[in-house]
Amino acid sequence: MTDAEDRKPTEFETGEEPVWEGQVYTSADGTRRILRRRPPVLEVRELGVEFDDRYVLHDINLKVHKGETVAIIGESGCGKTVFLKTATRLIEPTEGTVLFNGIDLGELNGRQLSEVRTRIGFVFQQAALFDSMSIGENIMFPILQLNPRTPRGELNDRVAELLYEVGMTPDVAARMPVELSGGMRKRVGFARALAAEPELMLYDEPTTGLDPIMSDVINELMIRVRDNHKVTGIVVTHDMKSAKKVANRIVMFYPQSRLNEGQGQIVYDGPADEIDDSKDSRVTQFVEGLAGERLMEMTLARGA
Amino acid sequence: MAHEWTAEKLSLTDRLTAVVGRIGKSLNDRIVYAGQLAAFSLATIYWLFARPVKASTLVSALYRIGVQSLPVIMLTGTFIGMVLAVQTHPQFKAVGLESRLGAAINLSLVKELGPVLAATMLAGRVGSAIAAELGTMRVTEQIDALASMGPNPIHYLVVPRFVACLIMIPGLTIMADAMGVLGGAFFSIKLLGVDWGYYWEYSRNAVAQYDVFAGMFKSIFFGGAIALISCYQGFHCDAGAEGVGKASTRSFVVSFVMILVLDLILGIFLDKIHVVWFGGGPRAVV
Repeated sequence: MTDAEDRKPTEFETGEEPVWEGQVYTSADGTRRILRRRPPVLEVRELGVEFDDRYVLHDINLKVHKGETVAIIGESGCGKTVFLKTATRLIEPTEGTVLFNGIDLGELNGRQLSEVRTRIGFVFQQAALFDSMSIGENIMFPILQLNPRTPRGELNDRVAELLYEVGMTPDVAARMPVELSGGMRKRVGFARALAAEPELMLYDEPTTGLDPIMSDVINELMIRVRDNHKVTGIVVTHDMKSAKKVANRIVMFYPQSRLNEGQGQIVYDGPADEIDDSKDSRVTQFVEGLAGERLMEMTLARGA
Repeated sequence: MAHEWTAEKLSLTDRLTAVVGRIGKSLNDRIVYAGQLAAFSLATIYWLFARPVKASTLVSALYRIGVQSLPVIMLTGTFIGMVLAVQTHPQFKAVGLESRLGAAINLSLVKELGPVLAATMLAGRVGSAIAAELGTMRVTEQIDALASMGPNPIHYLVVPRFVACLIMIPGLTIMADAMGVLGGAFFSIKLLGVDWGYYWEYSRNAVAQYDVFAGMFKSIFFGGAIALISCYQGFHCDAGAEGVGKASTRSFVVSFVMILVLDLILGIFLDKIHVVWFGGGPRAVV
């Protein structure tokens, strides 16, 4: 954080006049307090990820604040999923830092990182349910990571509650993942990610491969998680309809391989309902699904 | 604009440079592989002591790796004993040393064939299955899902398999030895007509407790190597069904080569130890 940013006035919760970070004051109950600005739930600074001497992500700076749902959009191969995995250090960044609630994940040891990860829910593209466990055991898994001595009855009640939450009946708990359809697996993935009551939910292409009705069910689930559980979310998606519906902010990544010298990889970062007004042709082409320029490039590449 | 292509004949220097480059890349890849495998092994040993393994996970691994491998190990052990009898009997008979057949069969089995055979079967049956299972978990993001919920994947997935291989392989080796000894004895005595008294007497004189210990000692290293190589291949599996298949095949090939390399190194080491502790050179069967 720069010095200028450090000194930026911060609106205090009680609605007082803007005050300065670090200011000591007397609160209404008479206690002396020091004002601290709440850090973003997730912040990445100058993040870079390189595979085989090729940058997939480079110089990414992004803050996600509490209560926000941010949709990350962009064409295939632009590094959206890599960003999500780097945000939880499932992929080690080549450069830059990742902060979760102000904690630098790069400085944590294995045990500390495990603790932080229990506060982040991750919904994977293909649900990634454990094949060797039943649906119930899959959902119990994160709960048992937090408290291995949770009584069996309590676990079963929580599984039933979570299954209801995602619109499924508790009898599904006894079934194996292989017995479920893609949409059902995704909903179980939701239930599992919610089980440990995370502060941040990461969704990796949650509606990909689903029919329009099931996609909307998943969208509604994401909205419910945001509104009812007050969970901050980051959604990686290609689906503009879904992005506009669930997110209050959209960030668009552009592939590193297609950037010119000096161009940033984030080509849009703003309110979800204003993306249609963007003047950047890269954004409008993606939002409107226009292949025009890309077709021309393909033709040129063939040397016609 | 259309590109124009021309084919230029490569000079001898260009061809030599290309060959040297390929050899260099291949060598570099192997060094990187060895380094990554070493780092993976160190991480496994760290997690082995950092946190206890969950009992239910370990019991399940012990059952799958040990108990379920027993029938195939017993069967192959029996046949190896009998094949040894078939192959060595004519040679011993030709020089009039038929009565010492048991010593040759049993010493070969206990020192070399039992441990190597048990390890090879374990690499084929268990190692490939471990690589395929973990490889599938890798490509379907189950390993990422596991890590995202807190547990360390090496602690949760690798350590139980590693410990189970270490614990079970000496038992499997003993079973392979025992079945090979019985198979060899059955074939030699019942079918080839070797005198049973001499057969067992010479066997007893040739096979020492140290030989049994040496075989079991080697097997522990084989088991550890199989578990680490198979788990590593699964963890570093390429995408798709083809990637899983390659990981499974590679785990067997690398494990088998490693078993033979370890067998040679440990064989020399154990012979030296024998000389230091018990004196004298290597013992002769006849």
